[in-house]
Amino acid sequence: MLYIKCPYCGHRSQKEFAYGGDGTIKRPELNQEISDAKWNEFVYLRKSPRGKHIELWHHIAGCRQWFKVQRDTVTHEIFQTSKTNEELK
Amino acid sequence: MTQSYRLNNEGLINRNKEISFKFNGKKYIGYEGDTLASALLANGVHLVGRSFKYHRPRGFFGAGVDEPNAKLQILLNGHSEPNVNATEIELVEGIEATSQNCWPSVEFDIGAINNFLNRFFPAGFYYKTFMWPKSFWYKIYEPFIRKAAGLGVASIEKDKERYEHKYEYCDLLVTGSGPAGLSSAYAAAKNGAKVILAEDKPRFGGSLLTDDVTIDNLSGKAWSDKVITELKEMPNVIVKNRSQVFGYYDHNMMVMFEKTGDHLKDKPRYTPRQRLWYIRAKEVLLSTGSIERPIVFGNNDTPGIFLSAAAKEYIKVYGVLVGKKPLIFTNNDSAYETALEFKKQGIESIILDTREEHSSELIDSAKNQNIQIKFSHAVIAANGYKKVKSAQIGKLNKDKTKFENLEIIECDCICVSGFWTPTVHLASQSGNKLKFNNQIDAFVPDKSKQKETSIGASKGTFTLKETLAEGFKTGFDLSRNITNNNNSTSIPNSNETKKSLHDKFWCSPLPKGKNYKRFVDFQNDVAVSDIEVALREGYRSIEHVKRYTTLGMATDQGRTSNLNGLQLVADVEKKIVPQVGHTTFRPPFTPITIGTIVGREVDMEYMPTRKTPMHTWHEKNNAIFVDAGAWKRPRYYKQGDENLFEAAKREAKNVRDHVGICDVTTLGKIDIKGPDAAEFLNRVYTNAWLKLPVGKARYGVMLREDGIVMDDGTTTRISENHYHMTTTTAQAANVLSHLEYYLQVVWPELKVNVISTTEQWAGAALAGPKSRDVLAKLFPNLDVSNEALPFMGYSEGNLFGVSARIFRISFSGELAYEINVESDYGLFMWEKMMEIGKEFNIQPYGTEALSTLRIEMGHVAGPELDGRTIPYDVSLEGLVSKKKDFIGKRSLQKEAFNKADRQKIVGLIPTDKKSSIPEGSHLVVDKNARLPNPKLGHVSSSCWSVENNNPFSLAIVKDGKNMIGKKLFAVSPLKNTAIEVEIISSHYVDHEGKRVRS
Repeated sequence: MLYIKCPYCGHRSQKEFAYGGDGTIKRPELNQEISDAKWNEFVYLRKSPRGKHIELWHHIAGCRQWFKVQRDTVTHEIFQTSKTNEELK
Repeated sequence: MTQSYRLNNEGLINRNKEISFKFNGKKYIGYEGDTLASALLANGVHLVGRSFKYHRPRGFFGAGVDEPNAKLQILLNGHSEPNVNATEIELVEGIEATSQNCWPSVEFDIGAINNFLNRFFPAGFYYKTFMWPKSFWYKIYEPFIRKAAGLGVASIEKDKERYEHKYEYCDLLVTGSGPAGLSSAYAAAKNGAKVILAEDKPRFGGSLLTDDVTIDNLSGKAWSDKVITELKEMPNVIVKNRSQVFGYYDHNMMVMFEKTGDHLKDKPRYTPRQRLWYIRAKEVLLSTGSIERPIVFGNNDTPGIFLSAAAKEYIKVYGVLVGKKPLIFTNNDSAYETALEFKKQGIESIILDTREEHSSELIDSAKNQNIQIKFSHAVIAANGYKKVKSAQIGKLNKDKTKFENLEIIECDCICVSGFWTPTVHLASQSGNKLKFNNQIDAFVPDKSKQKETSIGASKGTFTLKETLAEGFKTGFDLSRNITNNNNSTSIPNSNETKKSLHDKFWCSPLPKGKNYKRFVDFQNDVAVSDIEVALREGYRSIEHVKRYTTLGMATDQGRTSNLNGLQLVADVEKKIVPQVGHTTFRPPFTPITIGTIVGREVDMEYMPTRKTPMHTWHEKNNAIFVDAGAWKRPRYYKQGDENLFEAAKREAKNVRDHVGICDVTTLGKIDIKGPDAAEFLNRVYTNAWLKLPVGKARYGVMLREDGIVMDDGTTTRISENHYHMTTTTAQAANVLSHLEYYLQVVWPELKVNVISTTEQWAGAALAGPKSRDVLAKLFPNLDVSNEALPFMGYSEGNLFGVSARIFRISFSGELAYEINVESDYGLFMWEKMMEIGKEFNIQPYGTEALSTLRIEMGHVAGPELDGRTIPYDVSLEGLVSKKKDFIGKRSLQKEAFNKADRQKIVGLIPTDKKSSIPEGSHLVVDKNARLPNPKLGHVSSSCWSVENNNPFSLAIVKDGKNMIGKKLFAVSPLKNTAIEVEIISSHYVDHEGKRVRS
């Protein structure tokens, strides 16, 4: 069970969180002209890297904030976490 | 005399307290502090079970977690438990144990015929034999194998015991209380660290209880007692015995199994039987010690053959002799200690040492005591069926491949030592890749992947002096990094006997013409010949050899067999062990009960139960409940001996004819506030929201980004910047997360806050032509006319002193209102509505009637919004704005979503107007077509239309738009039905929507 540092609440067990997928995906702007290929990439295509991965987690049984986690997908090591409006270093 | 193998003075048991117990129906006496194994051995009982495959007689082999044979069925306090290790279970008054895997008895077991047919049971026997014909597997082979290969019998009784879970945090978790664990825990605790020290046995001290050593001029046991006493008094230390750390998980999450009540005859009322600890440790110190491994020889599974350290432990801890004429067979010095302990008790033993004659402190001491030693000798095979009677021994030639001078020695037990294997399971579980240490011929931990450090015997440090030095230093260093304190503790002096090098001898060769079974893995009955067969048949990877032969796959996880198996593979393959590699260690290290894993999460506590404020009323009025997620909802209110179908029909009809009320508290409710709330809703929903006036509700549909409908519901503008959103019961949590995601991650610039208010409001739907009459009496001061409170209108009112929200919305398709009050007033509201509605024939209706009403109206719900439908499919395309953008809009342009023959919702009635159509039925043209029968659609919801008095269903069917009037078959192979249906509009009742506006 991972031990995740919520940027708002501090360290909590994985049980309190929900995984929220790739944290680098940026939703296209509203009303933006966009090709089928680009839209499909946004909706469906995700990388599954071996190693460092920036992802979103949701403190669903806590403060209910979404935040970013940089995690190693092989070792599960968590390097850092941040609020969504902060850049991971 | 009973207990004829019990010594008079030795041991740590309480001789003042006799305990009686039963084994295979016979009564025996032991002492408090015994294990079941030591008590049986004290009574001279060796035969305890039959082996897994060949049903060979088996006895005790170890004295703790290493035991591969003595798995018993235990009956205590009316609770039966299979596969319990007799060497680990403490003796409790009244315990009844029985042997497993034998019939009719352990003494005479018919299955033992397998032993004489063993050449028909080679490695991979099951794979080879039971493959063909395929159809035989389920009916003949599998039941037969299950019967023949069973271990114990799982109880079918409900487990009445109490199990608990506990969460704990610490700086240092120390696993094992031998010299390494004690010294490191002590040094760390003295330096201010929060320490948990866990010991799996009842007694602390590990090897200090049995080894002839001194620390600080105290015996090992006395020193251990002193340290434990001091640790127990320290506020920063938790000391736990009977506690096995069995799993090492991510981020130093350690899981520990504590036997809190198994050793107590009458445990206090609230003491659980067992407790599972989740421990998050900053650092883990693995002081798990080592386990002696055997040397493989012929018939080495005969009862009366023990690990030499186990024999020593039975003497030193339990005061029990495993035999009175011992033969000691070793490739190293430590078995000499066993011989010396026998000697202290006046028992003469003979030592067979595979090494050439040489000298060491221990060997000299044995010689001085006139113990007979035969160097360059090995046991070839044990003789005796149910108990060792003698041993066939021989002198080894120079390269130890052949014997000369064979002779037979009489003995009643053989104590074997093939040197020591560090217990690296937890280190391996942590992700530590092990490395092979040539000095000790075993795997030891390599570089740490997590915050763990192995010390003492578990990393191959076998001398006490070095172990203490490592323990004190590591405990201090790790604690200093955490606490920043600098209080070091001095390392005590210690004395031990020095040992000479062990011999790399693992398996006695077979003399010419002899074909003894030589077992590597006792619990799974894997012999040397099985491994040879696997290798001969081309299995090379150790993982494949393991699975083909089942070597090391039993509940003992190959604790005594892994390394010998690897040595054997290496020998045959002419490789060295590190090239062969090792198999994977997985949690749990020892078997744990299912009860402990489950903890308190049983019955009612299995998951939370959500009840609405009106639940007690529903109960009193014969509601039959249905689970809706964690919620309990009335499905119908039973009158007389009505069944579900009759009750739902009555309740639904009453809504159509008069008025009904339904508990809708479970609908998700989300409070939305902020200056950008309208803009936010406009992006979330497919339809337009910017111009919704205050005091009005609107129905909305929200999509996922892939264009699929996520949820629907009404949202009401309470005031300028305040909205009340409702969701379906099932999607309430997902919708909230969805909204939070867009507000926090995608559009953080929007000034909007959302919060769930599902449990803050109790809700009741009031539906039917008479609902306005009831409403008028509920709120006498409110104008409830169609003009003042029109369809999709909203008002606030005073319900006999309770403020209420009144929404004129309808799921049933009738004139209807939903009234919300604060939860605490929910029951009050409900009772008032029932009271006032009485003159209008009000009746409560459950979810089944609710479904009937919405289905015949063609209103979609969960079965239609199934994660595969877009707005068009469920005829909600009219709500999709062409002007503005919203979540998922771009996906609706997808080619597949715009095909001319795209699926669409339709209504179905059976052409016979009688047959109910099972939900899930497939719609096909030809009911008799060959499989796979081309499917045009499926039936999503079915009901009995109370309006038209015949069955009606909703279905989603290909090209639904052009299918109206056509006939198809609804086939359900599951229910074995094929019903001819006519396709009609999905709006079966009031398709102009007049009633809701009436």
